[in-house]
Amino acid sequence: MNKHKTSGPGFSWLFKMAWRDGKASGRKLIIFMASIVLGIAAVVSIQSFGENLKDTIALESKALMGADFKIDSDDPPNERVLQIMDSLGGPKAKEINFASMAAFPQHEATKLMQVRGIEGGFPFYGELETQPVSAASAYQKEGAALVDATVMLQLGIQPGDSIKIGKVSLPIAGALNAVPGSTAIFSSVAPPVLIPYRFIEESGLVQTGSRIDYEFYFTAAPSADMEKLDEKLDPMLDAEEADLDTHTSTSDRLGRRYENFGKFLNLVAFIALLLGCVGIASAIHIYIKEKLRAVAVLKCLGASKKQTFLIYLIQVAMMGLIGGLVGTVAGLLLQQVFPLLLEGLLPVDVQITFSLQVIVMGVLLGIFMSVLFALYPLIGTLYISPLQALRVIKEESKKSRKAVILVSAGIFLFIFLFSLWLLEDWVYSLAFVGGILLTFAILAGVAYLFMQAIRKYFPQQWGFVARQSLLNLFRPQNQTLTLVLAIGVGTFLISTLYFSKDLLLAQASIESQSSSPNMILLDVQSEQRQALSQTIKAKDLPVLSDIPIVTMRVQSLAGRSVQEIRKDSTSRVNGWVLDHEFRTTYRDSLIASESIESGSWTAEGENLNPVPVSISTNFAEDAKVDVGDKLVFNVQGVLLEAVVGSIRKVDWSRMQLNFSLVFPEGVLEKAPQFHVLTTKLPGKEKSAELQQELVKKYPNVSIIDLQQVLNVIEMLLGRISWIINFMAFFSILTGIIVLLGAIRTSKYQRIRESVLLRTLGAKSKQILNITALEYIYLGVLGGLSGVLLSLISSQLLAWLVFESPFTPSLIPFLIIFPGIVLLVLVIGLSNSLSVIRKPPLEVLRKEVS
Amino acid sequence: MAKILNVRNLEKSYSSGSKRLKVLQDIHFEVEEQKTFAIVGPSGSGKTTLLGLCAGLDSPDTGSIELCGSELSELGEDERALLRNKHIGFVFQDFQLLPTLTALENVAVPLELQGDKNASKISKDLLEKVGLGDRIHHYPSQLSGGEQQRVAVARAFSNRPSILFADEPTGNLDAETGEKVEALLFELNKEAGTTLVIVTHDIELAHKTQHILRLKGGRIVENQEKQV
Repeated sequence: MNKHKTSGPGFSWLFKMAWRDGKASGRKLIIFMASIVLGIAAVVSIQSFGENLKDTIALESKALMGADFKIDSDDPPNERVLQIMDSLGGPKAKEINFASMAAFPQHEATKLMQVRGIEGGFPFYGELETQPVSAASAYQKEGAALVDATVMLQLGIQPGDSIKIGKVSLPIAGALNAVPGSTAIFSSVAPPVLIPYRFIEESGLVQTGSRIDYEFYFTAAPSADMEKLDEKLDPMLDAEEADLDTHTSTSDRLGRRYENFGKFLNLVAFIALLLGCVGIASAIHIYIKEKLRAVAVLKCLGASKKQTFLIYLIQVAMMGLIGGLVGTVAGLLLQQVFPLLLEGLLPVDVQITFSLQVIVMGVLLGIFMSVLFALYPLIGTLYISPLQALRVIKEESKKSRKAVILVSAGIFLFIFLFSLWLLEDWVYSLAFVGGILLTFAILAGVAYLFMQAIRKYFPQQWGFVARQSLLNLFRPQNQTLTLVLAIGVGTFLISTLYFSKDLLLAQASIESQSSSPNMILLDVQSEQRQALSQTIKAKDLPVLSDIPIVTMRVQSLAGRSVQEIRKDSTSRVNGWVLDHEFRTTYRDSLIASESIESGSWTAEGENLNPVPVSISTNFAEDAKVDVGDKLVFNVQGVLLEAVVGSIRKVDWSRMQLNFSLVFPEGVLEKAPQFHVLTTKLPGKEKSAELQQELVKKYPNVSIIDLQQVLNVIEMLLGRISWIINFMAFFSILTGIIVLLGAIRTSKYQRIRESVLLRTLGAKSKQILNITALEYIYLGVLGGLSGVLLSLISSQLLAWLVFESPFTPSLIPFLIIFPGIVLLVLVIGLSNSLSVIRKPPLEVLRKEVS
Repeated sequence: MAKILNVRNLEKSYSSGSKRLKVLQDIHFEVEEQKTFAIVGPSGSGKTTLLGLCAGLDSPDTGSIELCGSELSELGEDERALLRNKHIGFVFQDFQLLPTLTALENVAVPLELQGDKNASKISKDLLEKVGLGDRIHHYPSQLSGGEQQRVAVARAFSNRPSILFADEPTGNLDAETGEKVEALLFELNKEAGTTLVIVTHDIELAHKTQHILRLKGGRIVENQEKQV
């Protein structure tokens, strides 16, 4: 009997055993660990950068607005608004801004620009970044303009050249690099030009019907409560059709906008992490299988079920901890790249800091994900009989059904909760988890069916090499399923991103290929119509449409005045309907992007009272009105009684002029109005020529070159897809690591097979071919499943979300798919060459020891 | 002398396809403390199965086994593990050293499981006793078969077991090394006063024990106490 004092092994012994065992299995564990490093790095980098962006936006909220708060309105402020502004101590600066054509006489160039007439010390926070620096303060005194730097670069404009806006001509003081609160890419359709306020009147561009914003900037004491101010003033200003924006509300809104994009990227990163976890589960499965006899021996020597289980659990948790730490550090370093990737898309220079919360999240995520996904193979250790030490028991140890269900439920619950934390919407989170499940299930199903099909219809007539390589897919401890999953998910991700980008671009450029217009002329006054049409026609160009625009506001909805609805806190009418200045038109028929959903279309309404108006479905939903409801509009001071005659479904995504409100002919012809003319130009030169002539003759007319808009959209999508591809790259890299891990795990098995084959007389070339074919099968199976699955999902996306036809690009089939197969082949063969080249005995000695 | 192992009416069968295959039936025997005991028989006679049942590694279909004063059928898996740790030692045919642990760590495991603070020192002494004092930090893969089995013997004695089960302890060794390991087993057995139960094909080895139990087709065909 034992004569020593004993107290049973403590927790430290379990750690010691885990360390001893892990130390000797180091190489195997490193590859498992690497599976999650990239996923963690991706999640941490996005999360950390998102936090930093949010913090910077909040920190620089004043610089983003340039003031503490502002009051803005579409019309010149009325008495009441002026009174309110006076009570606040009066604005410290004011601005009028609108889009207009600007001409650069020295360069014979024209450009649609956002004209901002400024008076006072705006910006009060942040600064105008100009070249030369002195231009930022000099332009006001010198009566000069600051022109967007990109426009200056594109057109070769130098400081000292002049710019003509309407009737006023000003010298250019310098190039404008940044204005507080605006992002380069979002202002590329109408880049900004800053001029002193006093020249606005002189330009003659402020006319009835022009789309003009009046903005008044205020400063406040640092202790001022912006939320209280907002609560107090906003309803009062709303009633006067003006609006209050505080620096905090603006930064909140801005933060939310970027947060959504961040959430999407987070999901892409999360997929990389999940893919890594599949790698962990598969690797631990094989790892534990190799450890079964050791577990049985430990049990023989007196270790309990719990002790043996904990030894390996601690190992996995340690691996997760190290993976989490390495991944977190990599993620924190990686976020430094984001400002470069997102150049031009962000409103602020993000201050990169390391948040403790994100670091803790990264490390915990590493531990938790590793343990969770390793749990299924790990619970196998609980059910291993110590008898295995005496003899090999062929039958698999039977895991408890309850434990398997609990682990599976735990995995899905965790994925769901993590997505919920990222998306903050349980429906989207459920859809995401469902989508992931479905994708993984389909890929696993494809692998399973493929293997079943080969078993059932095994091609006996094939040559030895082809047959042997097929048989390898079923070898004991085969990794076929893991490999197909890793390859499939990776390919699926890249192809889907590629198809989606195609879909978005096709959506935008669809109009440019057809006979639709590619130039839109806005703000054409009624008296200019004829002459302008003549100018266009004289150049042998068509006037494709001449659309009258009448601006109006809603006065009452279904018998209730706007003021009444505003006061009613229970009203579900959307605020924009009450505040918006609607640009409406009149015509006798529907256009291609419209279809009647309910009610009937009225072509002519001259003698009808109330006038039947056709409203868009979104207006009907937001204004809570239906066919037959009465509406009253304020048409620039004159009240117009109308009734909802029909509700139209409008395809807003089509690049053409669409309207929420359309009136029949014979009603608005005499109302103050302006026109929009469209034409189609054959090329860039013709377009520039026409623009120059139009700007000279009709300075008030704004010209939108749709090709330019498309270029901007393409650039924006290009930039965004760059970032998405960057994130997807993590999934691909993780896929490669899982692939490497899986190949290395089955290396010993393959060595034995090939040594046996060589001993039986197989040539190196035959063994090489067998190995190559095996990886080609895996690459083709995983890659093709991934591409086809992404084709189906993109097709669904096209039908259900974009509602447009989808012609898939051939790139995923011709480049991505063969590329993936080649990659799998190269990785597979490079890991097997050492096995093939050396003599059997040497290999056996080296690899087995 | 007191009985350390008492086996009564033992039966064990395994399923083979759709049939049940009876591996052991009608097994009765007992082993006295500090005696040496051999179980012999041809391949498939049920020797190893009987050893596994006696050591509490598996459960019989019917019958009872009383080991070191405990009725095994009344113990749960973890209680049996505790019993093994306190009172039983094992030597396996294929050594079954933990490949990721050094010789010293392998020998120390049973003691560490008991929380013995002197595990390392005792293990070192034992390894010196079996002639491996200079190889204590070697991993199993760096040792020869004979050396591995000597480590296994040292491990089997490290917890000072009341009874030691050896399954074909020389089965994987050449004759000369096998003899050395045999000598070591008996020497340590004598020194520690441990009961030794050996399963073997080797009649010569069996004849070195005080009692031979012969199995054939899962039944006892001979249960002979030798006069020493």
